[in-house]
Amino acid sequence: MGLKEKLHTFRIKNQDKKWFPVFSGFHTFLFTPNETTHNGTHIKGADDLKRTMNTVVMSLVPCLIFGMFNTGYQHYLALGEIEPVANGFFSAGFWAMDNFLLGLWKVLPLVIVSYGVGLAIEFLFCVIKKHEIEEGYLVTGMLVPLIVPVDLPLWMLAVAVAFGVVIGKEVFGGTGMNILNPALTIRAFLFFAYPTWMSGDKVWVHGAVDTAGTADAISGETVLGFLAQGRTAEMGYSLSDMFFGFIPGSIGETSTLLILLGGLFLVFSKIASWRIMLSAVLGALAMGLIFNSVVDAGWIPEYSKFYTLMSFEYWQHLLVGGLAFGIVFMATDPVTGSQTNQGKWIYGFLIGFLSVMIRVFNPGYPEGVFLAILLMNVFAPTIDHYVVRGNIKKRLKRLKTATIYPKASDEVDALKTETA
Amino acid sequence: MALLSKKDANLILDPLADNNPITIQVLGICSALAITAELKASVVMALSVLFVLGAGNVVISLLRNVIPSKIRIIVQLVVVATLVIIVDQVLKAFAYELSKTLSVFVGLIITNCIIMGRFEAFALGNGPWKSFLDGIGNALGYGIILVIIGFFRELLGSGTLFGFPVLGDPVTKTGLYALGYENNGFMIIPPAALIVVGIVIWVQRSRNRTLIEEA
Repeated sequence: MGLKEKLHTFRIKNQDKKWFPVFSGFHTFLFTPNETTHNGTHIKGADDLKRTMNTVVMSLVPCLIFGMFNTGYQHYLALGEIEPVANGFFSAGFWAMDNFLLGLWKVLPLVIVSYGVGLAIEFLFCVIKKHEIEEGYLVTGMLVPLIVPVDLPLWMLAVAVAFGVVIGKEVFGGTGMNILNPALTIRAFLFFAYPTWMSGDKVWVHGAVDTAGTADAISGETVLGFLAQGRTAEMGYSLSDMFFGFIPGSIGETSTLLILLGGLFLVFSKIASWRIMLSAVLGALAMGLIFNSVVDAGWIPEYSKFYTLMSFEYWQHLLVGGLAFGIVFMATDPVTGSQTNQGKWIYGFLIGFLSVMIRVFNPGYPEGVFLAILLMNVFAPTIDHYVVRGNIKKRLKRLKTATIYPKASDEVDALKTETA
Repeated sequence: MALLSKKDANLILDPLADNNPITIQVLGICSALAITAELKASVVMALSVLFVLGAGNVVISLLRNVIPSKIRIIVQLVVVATLVIIVDQVLKAFAYELSKTLSVFVGLIITNCIIMGRFEAFALGNGPWKSFLDGIGNALGYGIILVIIGFFRELLGSGTLFGFPVLGDPVTKTGLYALGYENNGFMIIPPAALIVVGIVIWVQRSRNRTLIEEA
């Protein structure tokens, strides 16, 4: 008897044990159970929740690896130990082993804490509720380390993950029932609970917090941070730096190129909705264009605190900050987003539109993407409701103009009067 | 003989848990969210409501046979407004700083649904002694939740209790702060109170499943 059969017999023997959901979770993660259905659907798609989640995780891995290299690169660059790279995406100065090892050392603990705490809570709830393990956390656990600053203390991450999973997801009934994106709930919690660790110019580069105030102090202002303070002249990042991701920022969000690749992968594997991505990009561009034309029209004086961000070239908004990452990996969450096709266009468009608006109008929150997505998460059911209502109305209107043949019931009535 | 008969005792004990005005009836939420960032403010608010509701219930109960039912809401408002003004003046005289923190929320006790609710539902139909017990019970039920929320919000948000640093000093890094602990800024803002109330409701209903409403 092979391992696979042994596991199956073990599964059947222990079905009523308290820890069964835990075993079942690991078992179905690795194997497909040999259970057969007895009624109802007999043929099921192979792309169940686990496969879906794993596909998204796969599309995130490039961002994670890049984030590790970038962590090391930004650190050594800020210390002045290496020169800025200028030879395109595959510069040897960036893809150096030293960079990677430092990044691995800093980023891996975040990943482990995120998965450890989140999955522990998820398992605990499944055992209490006697449910099967829900795999919803697989993606969240990978997203969370990618959207936090590298020097975030691990205990803060653990607290935030516990909060996000329990309050953001489990109280609503677990995976598939949540209103808000759990990864963004975790980020929002961190942002409002520990703002000094989530914003400013010290947290984005490893080592900047420790050296603050000393002679070796290094700074790691993000592009948006520079813009919000109107210090464009000091910012030494070229467009290709922004596109390739050689800039400070949250761990996995900097490389627009790799996010784009991940997004294409998700679109082609039909996991994420291209409608949301496209409309969000359009929304961001539209808002950026509005700001640009306001500046061109001369309505905003140059000393205004909004001037720099407003005059920032509209399409470059997509390259900096977490906008691209949010659009591709968070806005497209099938649970919290709109479900109807028309609704997806509205939902996505408003995400892009509001993100850029928050970014420009509130320099205190240079990154508006997570707030915009959370806000639209709340509105998604309302959008769907009106889309469905609109559709019903349209069809009722069509019914009015349609030729209606006598109903079967009318004939029965006629028959009754005849026989009476 | 016991101090209170079983029925009378229930008037006080019921609103403390199984018929709590905040967690079960979901009344008086606004003030519970607004002033619970500090434990001190919560306690003072609880005491103010205790006074207003206890005295108000007695007054309304005494007047219950002479109040024309068409204008009873106005009479109730006059009674509660009088009592609230007394509380407000006392606070301003003896605890000015605190009265500034509580600001409009003392005045807004007038519109606190718990008070009007108890007048309408209980004092208008029962004698003064019972009404007094009912008022005290509901005010305590309200107060206990306020204190629970205030405790967690102040402890986690500011690291203090009644203004005393209990977790160490965040500036000089002593106590817990030496280990890298930091105050949770989220707990200071009102949305956190909503979440704490939610958790209290969750804990209460999972301990006593009969409280869960049919979906």
